[in-house]
Amino acid sequence: MKTIFKFLPFLLLTAFIASCSDDDSPAPVNEEEVITTLRITFTPQGGGTQVVFQSQDLDGDGPNAPVVSIVGDLQTGTTYNGAVEVLNELETPAEDITEEVMEEDDEHQFFYTITGGAGPAITYNDSDGDGNPVGLSIILTTGANSTINVLTVTLRHEPDKDASGVSDGDITNAGGETDVEATFNFTVN
Amino acid sequence: MKYYLLFIVLLTSSNILAQDCNFIFKGEIQDFHNKMPIEAATVYIENLNKYAISDINGKFIITNLCEGKLKVSVSHLSCETKILEINLINNIEQTIYLEHHVEELGIVTVEGKSINNKTSSGQETIIKSTTIDNFSSESLGDVLNQVSGVTSITTGSKIVKPVIGGLHSSRITIINNNVRMEDQEWGIEHAPNIDVNVADNISVIKGSGTLAYSGDAIGGIVVLQPKRIIKKDTLFGKTIAGFQSNGIGYNISSSLFKNFESGWFANGVFGYKQNGDLKSPSYYLNNTGAKIFSASLQSGFTSFEKGFEVYLSYIDNQLGILSSSHIGNTEDLVNAINNEEPYISEDFSYSIIAPRQEASHFLAKTNMFKRFKSFGKVSLQYDYQNSHRFEFDKRVGDDRDKAAVDLKLQTHSLKADVNVDKFDEIKLDFGLSGRFQDNFANPDTGVRRLIPDYKKYDFGIYAIVKKEFNEKLTADFGVRYDLNHIDALKFYRTSRWEERGYDEDFSDIIVEDLGTQLLTNPKLTFHNISVSTGLLYDVDRENSILFNYGLSSRPPNPSEIFSDGLHHSAARIELGDLRIDKEISNRFGFTYKFNNENLSLNLETHYNLINNFIYLQPTGTESTIRGSFPVWEYFQTNANLFGVDATASYKFLNNWNINLNSSYVYGQDSDNDRPIIDMPSFRNTSKLSYSKKEWNNLILSLEHIFVGKQNRYPDNNFDTYIASTDSFVTVDISTPPAAYNLFNFSTETTFSFADKIKLNVMAGINNIFNTKYREYLNRLRYFADDIGRNITLQLKLNY
Repeated sequence: MKTIFKFLPFLLLTAFIASCSDDDSPAPVNEEEVITTLRITFTPQGGGTQVVFQSQDLDGDGPNAPVVSIVGDLQTGTTYNGAVEVLNELETPAEDITEEVMEEDDEHQFFYTITGGAGPAITYNDSDGDGNPVGLSIILTTGANSTINVLTVTLRHEPDKDASGVSDGDITNAGGETDVEATFNFTVN
Repeated sequence: MKYYLLFIVLLTSSNILAQDCNFIFKGEIQDFHNKMPIEAATVYIENLNKYAISDINGKFIITNLCEGKLKVSVSHLSCETKILEINLINNIEQTIYLEHHVEELGIVTVEGKSINNKTSSGQETIIKSTTIDNFSSESLGDVLNQVSGVTSITTGSKIVKPVIGGLHSSRITIINNNVRMEDQEWGIEHAPNIDVNVADNISVIKGSGTLAYSGDAIGGIVVLQPKRIIKKDTLFGKTIAGFQSNGIGYNISSSLFKNFESGWFANGVFGYKQNGDLKSPSYYLNNTGAKIFSASLQSGFTSFEKGFEVYLSYIDNQLGILSSSHIGNTEDLVNAINNEEPYISEDFSYSIIAPRQEASHFLAKTNMFKRFKSFGKVSLQYDYQNSHRFEFDKRVGDDRDKAAVDLKLQTHSLKADVNVDKFDEIKLDFGLSGRFQDNFANPDTGVRRLIPDYKKYDFGIYAIVKKEFNEKLTADFGVRYDLNHIDALKFYRTSRWEERGYDEDFSDIIVEDLGTQLLTNPKLTFHNISVSTGLLYDVDRENSILFNYGLSSRPPNPSEIFSDGLHHSAARIELGDLRIDKEISNRFGFTYKFNNENLSLNLETHYNLINNFIYLQPTGTESTIRGSFPVWEYFQTNANLFGVDATASYKFLNNWNINLNSSYVYGQDSDNDRPIIDMPSFRNTSKLSYSKKEWNNLILSLEHIFVGKQNRYPDNNFDTYIASTDSFVTVDISTPPAAYNLFNFSTETTFSFADKIKLNVMAGINNIFNTKYREYLNRLRYFADDIGRNITLQLKLNY
């Protein structure tokens, strides 16, 4: 009994001292699966000049806003095939997250909403295993001359694809969680 | 029995009459604490049935004793009886020490129960084990709600944090079996890792109260105490099993205690509870299931003069987070607020999917004490805590099952306390403590660290003196000094570093430049002085008043300093600030108590003036590729909090009891002249009970809870751009929900079987009318209604 009392403080002290060791620098975290870039490449059906819409945010949820760019001009009365890519450009080479979206296509859907102009319209050109659209492949018809078009691209994770209007591309009842949201102001001439 | 003993004594004494029997046993009875003589103590030689009573000088003498063994018991009113064995071969003179201050050693007899108050002049309420048992299936926050002025802030069905006087999280210190809980519960989305079943009683102290544990409890202190060890050969235990209809939940908790008269003891408590998706009045709250396992073991030796204890406890929580509360950006938040019902509404399930939390807490503690004659008690304690937290988000691809947050916080504490009780009217406590903390944020998550790696060193020293001026007036005064030092290694995004203006103020702490990220080494030191003083005045048998004042300061916690990033559950970017300084609180409390046979009143008021009060405030929006998010930054201001808590209990017609419980807090940001966010609204609980001892202790009670609408709130609404409709809308995150009324019913009865075996059966209905409501202090109020009707059944077996 007595020996326990004599021994205990030393035991405590050694435990306390033993705990204060190591001093390594922590490893930096290179974010995985982060989407930095949304890129849509529009190729005219029957050939012609490609138009690329891109939104790029290299500091993620840091203070810098995404950089939105459109390279090329959309022609009137043309039908374009759109190919969508989502990338993580923080890694070199850039990680292609499009593949992951494709693998889990039943849990993802892109929504394309155009406001402003009356002309341009986007329709889905792909589907998941259940026959619902995914939106990685799309078709853009430009229509007549228009100047104040706003295209909003939204990628939702786990939307309710069976909700009313969702499979037609109406985001209103989709729910889910927004992974990407980008807005492009464009003209057709 | 007595006559029987006497008979035996007479028989034996006739045998030894023949011997030479003129030895003397004499001596003096003294108080262990101050060596003062004790008058009127009984010295009883059990095997001879001889008595002596000590005189005014504590002296006693027993003559005409024969050679042989004596079994002597020395007793005195309000002292613990001492048993001595003496082998008499000569005249003997001996000083016998009795402990004369039993009540001050922590045994205050309140209605036959031995529970000790932690403060003498604090606004303290004790929750007894019978009440705790009724909340066996629930969390600590739910139990504490029983105390007037204590509410809770919730972010999930089992994530319930106590709010005392409008303050919560880091402003509340939780002590479990004399150990300060070191848990990653800085923000509101982390609940304390404690199973209520380990506590025999819980003390809630409003304000900084006792300085023996900490000096930073601006809001209050919650002290959980295990069962007191009784030096007696006993084996007893308790098993509680319960069922809840809402969430189809069940819980079981069992404890076993073994004590020996020699002073050795061992006991254990284990508990398991699980529930599936809870249900609001009209739909299931998907993914609100929980699984909680807990166990604790305690063993040691205790006597009046010395003792030691080893205590181990472990708890593992698996908690689902309401599916519909996980949102991507501001637009999702707007949709959630504007929708009556959540988007996700599926059938009942026990499964817990992402988003979810997994938190475990391990505690190992050992302490020892020794009492010294004419001085007091010295105790030494070491404890180790390991708090490990995983948070799982909805992720894609290979990372699907990988945690997004993986934090391990290890704490080592060493503590020495001295209680000097040699003086009659003055009690002096002092002590010091040291603590080392290591936080490790695992980089394998592939997500930027929410909280950085850091090491924290704390040192504290305190002294408390308590004086009883007379039978009516008691005063105490305590002072404490704490030193806190944080040594962190944190990565900042270069863009954030510059946006914060750290490149100008903190360029010297950069360790390494990695291009887009900077590794920095912030070192922060805080010196804190706390004072606590108060007066307790018993006006007469029925009326008493209490006044106290506390100065306390709380250094900022890691999330207030280091937060930088997107907070998914709140759809906002939260930014801490390296420049944040400690909070300093000046709190004044005043209590009036009235007690007679039928009526008891308790009126508590407090005024808390907090300088540099740390709070979160929206400052604008930032755009990311996920969309736009409001930015919330930590700021400091001066805050005034004023609160009134009232309790009244009235017994009438023998069997009836009515209990009223009201509280209100007024919180004002005096710098910006506007209300403080997240202040509990006015609430009142009325409970009417009928009890009848003759009918197996039947108790029936009906409870009505009224919670008012919080009309005092800061307007933090902001405008946001909704991309899909190319328009701007106002996001109403500020307006509190409407007032609500809830009715609960419960009944219980206790059957007594053979010696000490009791079965208590309890049944109840919460939210009888399945009322739809949302609570201002529930963070899920944006997404879904609160839970609906719940029918509960509980069996408790004491053995």
